[in-house]
Amino acid sequence: MAETAEARDAAVRGEPRGRVVEGLRAYRLIAAMWIRSTMAYRTSFALTTFGNFAMTALDFVAILLMFSRVDSLGGWSLGEVALLYGLSGVSFGLADLAIGSMDRLGRRVRDGTLDTLLVRPAPVLAQVAADRFALRRLGRVTQGLLVLGYALVVVDIDWTAAKLLLMPVILLGGAGIFAAVFVAAGAFQFVAQDASEVANAFTYGGTTMLQYPPTVFALDLVRGVTFVVPLAFVNWLPACFVLDRPYPLDLPGWVAFTAPLVAVGCGALAGLAWRAGLRSYRSTGS
Amino acid sequence: MGVGSGRLYAAVAAGGFRRYATYRAATAAGVFTNTVFGLILVYTYLALWDEKPQLGGYDQAQAVTFVWLGQALLAALAIGGGGFEDELMERIRTGDIAVDLYRPADLQLWWLAADAGRAVFQLLGRGVLPFAFGSLFFPVALPREVSTWAAFLVAVGLGALVSFALRYLVALSAFWLMDGTGMLHMAWIAGLFCSGMLLPLNVFPGALGEVVRALPWSSLLQAPADVLLGEAAPLGTFVFQAAWAVALLAVGRLVQSAATRRVVVQGG
Repeated sequence: MAETAEARDAAVRGEPRGRVVEGLRAYRLIAAMWIRSTMAYRTSFALTTFGNFAMTALDFVAILLMFSRVDSLGGWSLGEVALLYGLSGVSFGLADLAIGSMDRLGRRVRDGTLDTLLVRPAPVLAQVAADRFALRRLGRVTQGLLVLGYALVVVDIDWTAAKLLLMPVILLGGAGIFAAVFVAAGAFQFVAQDASEVANAFTYGGTTMLQYPPTVFALDLVRGVTFVVPLAFVNWLPACFVLDRPYPLDLPGWVAFTAPLVAVGCGALAGLAWRAGLRSYRSTGS
Repeated sequence: MGVGSGRLYAAVAAGGFRRYATYRAATAAGVFTNTVFGLILVYTYLALWDEKPQLGGYDQAQAVTFVWLGQALLAALAIGGGGFEDELMERIRTGDIAVDLYRPADLQLWWLAADAGRAVFQLLGRGVLPFAFGSLFFPVALPREVSTWAAFLVAVGLGALVSFALRYLVALSAFWLMDGTGMLHMAWIAGLFCSGMLLPLNVFPGALGEVVRALPWSSLLQAPADVLLGEAAPLGTFVFQAAWAVALLAVGRLVQSAATRRVVVQGG
């Protein structure tokens, strides 16, 4: 408990590290509360988790159907596409589990219930992120892990220490990048409260795009998801390294390892956008 | 049905249209998202048809057209859900449905009118722009004859009717289940998988393809698309869609009368 008291003192003094610790604590408490409330109806929880799993599995079924008619897509085999799918699926699933509730922010801005969060002594971002924390989203993570497992079994990878080391880095870096996109999309909802669906184009659209090989898409689109919204770092570039394939856009070999840096950079930018959005917030007054 | 009740349902439909027309930012957001998803899908389809030209009897331009049709019809035909069914389920759960049953209007027709208004708005508001974008920037296969376009619109209308009939049944399940979230999810999955939204149904292999093409969901996207692409005779398609619409609407009636006998009005 001494640690939290210390964190609270640091928060009062306005130290950044204290705010992070305090935010994580608030997040943990709110998420735990929602988990307890979900577990009150265990059957419902089991069913919705399965629904989450099945709905996510649908796009892998589409890929399987495609490969029932062809042997390769954009020069990639089913196993290799499954590797892309698994990496992107787990990364996105983790980000979605952690802060996928951000899309409810627009509604809170609209109906004025965001005010309730503003007067509580905890960082707003942590409260919004943990709002209605949905453990059922483990369904998506599980589905991604299963496809990733399948890919690792069927694809013939020439394992080295670097590749082995890269695997967890890919998943965490990818989750970080997707989390930054979620936060940026949340910030956007302060401006356009009704337009939360725009976020889907980048989150769900992004993960759908990453399920297919980069060779499938037009170069301008690949440039866009490499340099503008750097989703290519989630799985395309690391997967090219693991599979010894040429990188899209002739990028140098070391970029596959920069995913964590990209995630931190994106997180910082998304954080700035979030603060700007929060400052522009005017209550409905009701 | 007299002139008076005809006017009533027309007013309900107009209300459904206006209601969705007020969500301008949401509509713009929907147009953007549908366009982005169309873009991603088009490239995957192009890669697929590069690998196997004439897959499912479509050429590449037809496959591209199919993608943009899917994005244009997704919201209008509520293929992934998102119509009146959430609201009707909520009214059943809370008991407000008792008030609806006392109205001098038919429950099924009332919701059909409201959903028709919504569908027309979604088609114009969310459908036209992504489709125009796709037709401008990608090779598409569009018919020149006005009659084909007219037949296509009839097929879309019949598809909307089948979609309504399916979702009405899903909503009525709330009379027995109380929490209909699970049913909504199942209906969503079936809709996406069996309508052609996931992949054109003529690409599905073997017996699986034959089964999904015979199910009602093929009326939603596959049937209008094949009429527009000249892959199916309009008349036969209309008969198929109308048969499913009549059958499902009739089942909806039966379930409705069974369900309303269950209604117990709580409180005073």
